[in-house]
Amino acid sequence: MIRLEQVSKQYRTERIETTALDNINLDVEKGEFISIMGPSGCGKSTLLNLMGLLDEPTKGRVAIGEKRIDRYGDRELAKVRNESIGFIFQQFHLVSDLSVVDNVEIPLLYRRMSNKERRKAALAALDRVGLSSRIHHFPTQLSGGQQQRVAIARAIVGNPRILLADEPTGNLDSQMGDEIMGILEGLNDEEGVTVVMVTHDPRLAERTDRIVRLFDGRQVQ
Amino acid sequence: MIKNYLKVALKVLQRRKFFTFISLFGISLTLLVLMVASAIVDHVLAPHSPETRSDRTLGIYQLVMKGEQNTQSTEPGYGFLDRYVRPLAAVPGVERVSILSTSQTAVSYLGGRKIESQLRRTDGEFWRILDFEFLEGGPFTVEAERNARSIAVINETTRQRFFGGRPAVGRTIEVDGQRFRVVGVVRDVPLLRFSSSADVWVPISSSKSSNYKEQWMNGFIALILARDRADLPAIKAEFQARLREAERHLPDPKTFQTLHAGADTLFEGAIRQFNPGDTSEIQTGKVRAVLFLLMLLFMLLPTLNLVNINLSRILDRASEIGVRKAFGASSRTLVGQFVVENLVLTLLGAVAGLILAGLVLEALNASGLLPYARLALNYRIFGYGLAMALFFGVLSGVYPAWRMSKLHPVQALRGRSV
Repeated sequence: MIRLEQVSKQYRTERIETTALDNINLDVEKGEFISIMGPSGCGKSTLLNLMGLLDEPTKGRVAIGEKRIDRYGDRELAKVRNESIGFIFQQFHLVSDLSVVDNVEIPLLYRRMSNKERRKAALAALDRVGLSSRIHHFPTQLSGGQQQRVAIARAIVGNPRILLADEPTGNLDSQMGDEIMGILEGLNDEEGVTVVMVTHDPRLAERTDRIVRLFDGRQVQ
Repeated sequence: MIKNYLKVALKVLQRRKFFTFISLFGISLTLLVLMVASAIVDHVLAPHSPETRSDRTLGIYQLVMKGEQNTQSTEPGYGFLDRYVRPLAAVPGVERVSILSTSQTAVSYLGGRKIESQLRRTDGEFWRILDFEFLEGGPFTVEAERNARSIAVINETTRQRFFGGRPAVGRTIEVDGQRFRVVGVVRDVPLLRFSSSADVWVPISSSKSSNYKEQWMNGFIALILARDRADLPAIKAEFQARLREAERHLPDPKTFQTLHAGADTLFEGAIRQFNPGDTSEIQTGKVRAVLFLLMLLFMLLPTLNLVNINLSRILDRASEIGVRKAFGASSRTLVGQFVVENLVLTLLGAVAGLILAGLVLEALNASGLLPYARLALNYRIFGYGLAMALFFGVLSGVYPAWRMSKLHPVQALRGRSV
């Protein structure tokens, strides 16, 4: 489902060159649930950004499904992200000016569909994460756990085949973290969604199919 | 999608109330000034009653006599116009020619009360070139003027002053010590209508003295009504030929040797005021281009302000931009979104500007600063305003939007979050 071949990522400033990832080879199978672990600054988020086509590798190739995206332009990359990938962020990144249901609709704004269909899909996604009663609330009126559930609804509303979660429980207490993890496991088990999750929490990582460990930009396991 | 954009746009405006106020203030104030200025220009130059035929009317508004040592520049005199302009009526393409005085302040006393009126002396053709709205009676004829009859047409304000608003036709008024029988009452003509406005119109021939008949300079203007707009250039050329002929018969050839004047449309006449000695054709295209450029520069001020405010908001919106990119918005889509947001802001500013302009024009009409003014926001001016607002919206939105859309999603997502 996701293939990284000899992927390296360097960040250059005027004086220094920092290697964030060094020669990573990774295959994530369809329907797999993997976690990425490692100390802060080891390149976990960079790896996730490359998988999500939010960033480009300095060297190597990234493939999503059968698509070779090396030569894709801005519009084609946007289309792949829209149709195939859902993102969940540690800081939720909900748009504070929009209500819960409007936030969830965001990915569908970039597809050809009617307002009615869009609203129906958003309500179904919110129902899936147990937030049907909060659709007209604004993000700031919700708890951290509820905000993350809205973020998950937004990530799954377009039925992506891949979910990329960057420390989705990092800002939540353990009970909320478990709830969020439960939702991700459900999506993986019941709907066959491929999930890649960056986490610091070994307890949660143990619950996934496979753990990929990074250290100083290198894959160590 | 647009609904979502509008929701965000309105929320963004509410979020930064002070900046929103500054932006709206800039847009609405600029539009207010432009709308009021254009309403006044429209009021003066556009073909409104009674100058409904101004698009095919030329005027001789100024005459310059030049000698080696001296230059004299005023309105032409009756003698010059009667001898060299009135005969143009026989030229093909000319429908009518009228000679009329500039308006002068005249004094009347009514029951011990002093009344000042604007008095204009005209011939009979004047009433056939201009399209006055008569409330009572009618105009005086060519014959009546020729026979020096003491008759007058007055406006409704004069009727109100002299007769308390009661019917005036057949009654007499005394102006500057002369008595006139009222033959017609017309609706008030704005004072800014240079060739037609007055409170009282009387025949030229009713003047106390006949000295005016010989004068080349002072106190009169001529109107030439063409059959068609296409005839205007030929009439202008013919007028210049007559001017050359007049130069051979100058009353004081030792002092003055050349004559300079133009047969101008209202717009050309207004421009010639700034350089009356220039006898060349007025380049209205150039003047329009300069005015348009000035208008653009004027509009650029709030536009630059908006660009600046929008750029400073990029950081505010970084998280949202990152999210939208992550979920499938292309750079082009984001540009569209931010331009829509800006259009919402500018259209709100435009509405505020239009309302304010309406109130200011209403206040100007009521103040009497521009006597008999009927300044109004017409659909044409509203269209200009709307076009200006759209211009603002796009111009001030595109560059910041492009900058926003170019934000790297990863960097954007490191910005502010909920």
